[in-house]
Amino acid sequence: MNLTALLRHRLFWPIAVLVVLLASNLVFSNNFFTITLQDGHLYGSLIDILRRSAPLVLVALGMTLVISTGGIDLSVGSVMAISGALACLLIGDLSNPDSVGPVLLVVGAAIALCLVFGLWNGFLVAVLGIQPIIATLILMVAGRGVAQLITDGQILNVHSAPYRVVGAGYFLAVPVSFLIAAAAVALTVAVTRRTALGLLLESVGGSPTASRLAGIRARRITIMVYVFAAAFAGVAGLIYSSDVSSADSNAAGNLIELNAILAVVIGGTALTGGRFSIAGSVLGAVIITTLDITAVSVGVPVETTLLFKAVVVIILCLAQSATFRAKVFGRFSAKRTVPA
Amino acid sequence: MLRRLSLAVAGGLLLASAVAGCGGDDAGSGSGGGGDDKITLGFSQVGAESGWRTANTKSIQESAASAGIDLKFSDAQGKQENQIKAIRNFITQRVDVIAFSPVVESGWGTVLKEAKDAGIPVILTDRAIDDPDTSLYKTFIGSDFVEEGKKAGDWLVKEYEGKTDPVNIVELQGSPGAAPANDRKAGFADVIKADTKFKVVASQTGQFTRTDGKAVMETFLKSQPKIDVLYAHNDDMGLGAIEAIEAAGKKPGTDIKIITVDAVKDGMTALSENKINFIVECSPLLGPQLMDLVKKVQDGQTIPQRVLTEETTFTPEQAKEVLADRKY
Repeated sequence: MNLTALLRHRLFWPIAVLVVLLASNLVFSNNFFTITLQDGHLYGSLIDILRRSAPLVLVALGMTLVISTGGIDLSVGSVMAISGALACLLIGDLSNPDSVGPVLLVVGAAIALCLVFGLWNGFLVAVLGIQPIIATLILMVAGRGVAQLITDGQILNVHSAPYRVVGAGYFLAVPVSFLIAAAAVALTVAVTRRTALGLLLESVGGSPTASRLAGIRARRITIMVYVFAAAFAGVAGLIYSSDVSSADSNAAGNLIELNAILAVVIGGTALTGGRFSIAGSVLGAVIITTLDITAVSVGVPVETTLLFKAVVVIILCLAQSATFRAKVFGRFSAKRTVPA
Repeated sequence: MLRRLSLAVAGGLLLASAVAGCGGDDAGSGSGGGGDDKITLGFSQVGAESGWRTANTKSIQESAASAGIDLKFSDAQGKQENQIKAIRNFITQRVDVIAFSPVVESGWGTVLKEAKDAGIPVILTDRAIDDPDTSLYKTFIGSDFVEEGKKAGDWLVKEYEGKTDPVNIVELQGSPGAAPANDRKAGFADVIKADTKFKVVASQTGQFTRTDGKAVMETFLKSQPKIDVLYAHNDDMGLGAIEAIEAAGKKPGTDIKIITVDAVKDGMTALSENKINFIVECSPLLGPQLMDLVKKVQDGQTIPQRVLTEETTFTPEQAKEVLADRKY
């Protein structure tokens, strides 16, 4: 394959950074790539990365769709907190929290509530014409309050074997949270790339007015992406709370909206809307999770962890910028036509 | 359940309108006019990040009510800027006394100077600030976090007394920059440094939350070849770590000894089940002592610059005895 074409591929630099991160882990802990079978499930650092990425992948998927229409959704973290809080509250009220049926109902109820929140966001943006950043800011702030009211400001603990499976369980030795995220990715790819929906999304993001004049129901599509984003965030919230069998309405999904936006940007989707890359966003989410795990596993001192992450992200963003590459690497090439 | 949910929705709407309004409508309800003798106390809480904090909030609210003090309560949700805003609001409302638990140690000079200029006495609760100007606040009531770290270290030294094998310790720190994290780390390190067999092989932040405690412990378990002891700066991180240890096929409390700080109910339960080996108490129930200090300050009495809350430590046996009466 042509090397320059490879270098120019949109996802070349994110993949390169991920490889470097994984490789640097190997230097510090030599069993980093070891995957063993522990109590009948897969166990290892790579499995941790897959498992821990799941909530961010879900949120980033929704965010990708929203951003592709030129919008943004700041409320995903709060929606995560609400869905986890509601699920834990309802499970706490069950007479038998270990029976599968009622727990499934609870999970359904939590996701249904999130759909309502998605509709609310979509309504504000598409029908009332409020700027997305403001429209979703309302739910971002108020939503956390709702979650705190549901949990009474306490950490709600639940003891439910079926609920635990969502975030901490394994199916055929594979983490369930990873399977959920993978299914969501597959669903999103199928819906956007196997139908005309992806094209419609990009067209709405490119120009809502032109799309409407071309006969696309831009309003309906806009509402739909916010519903998608909220539903995915709801599932992410369930994974998050199920992982530790408790609902912490303060910490759940705190600042995840920013990580999700970062994942989308790393993946090469422009914040201005239009073309989007699902693979890129997933990759971005995995990079961010790997970065978190690497910081701990390499032993970056607590005080400098944020700096470490920032430096990696800046390097990645600069490497992705064609202008920057031309300015820096251009100097090393034979051509000296560029004035200093 | 339905009532609570509808309450939640109503509360959400209320919050939403508060965002839109952002007004200081209740500024007039302060006791600035001095129409009655009721003392007004403005209190800014860190947030509701743990069961400990919730018990702390409850204690302050209940003891304010029973002491006949008008409490203006504000939740900073873990953000310093919210807390500074809340304190400025208290100054504008001309409350009689301001009390707060600082989110972080630094950056309080300006706003506390404003309070001082307005003649409003300030009491720090539970967490200290690192400003050299001690005239900015009347007193600091709370636990001695360094002492807590030392108690944790003392137990460890005793537990491994007479043994010479190296002891590998991993530490889950609290939020970076927070006084309890800094001091619990320092106190612990101070005690164990006397013996070279103790080695802290990894120390990372778990943000005082269960999820982060679990995530960081998972990574520790993979990156560290041998872990003998876990020292977590609060119960919640310890509880998260217990899940990670169990998922790794090890037995918490046996394969890896666990020391935590706080002694909230969930932590005490795990202690009584021998999943945690030792808990240093950090009592949140400082409300009555705080109200007492508020009254004294208001009366113009001199109070000590530092007031300690009464605390103890727990072993599994002691935990079993007191677990039933544990309120938080």
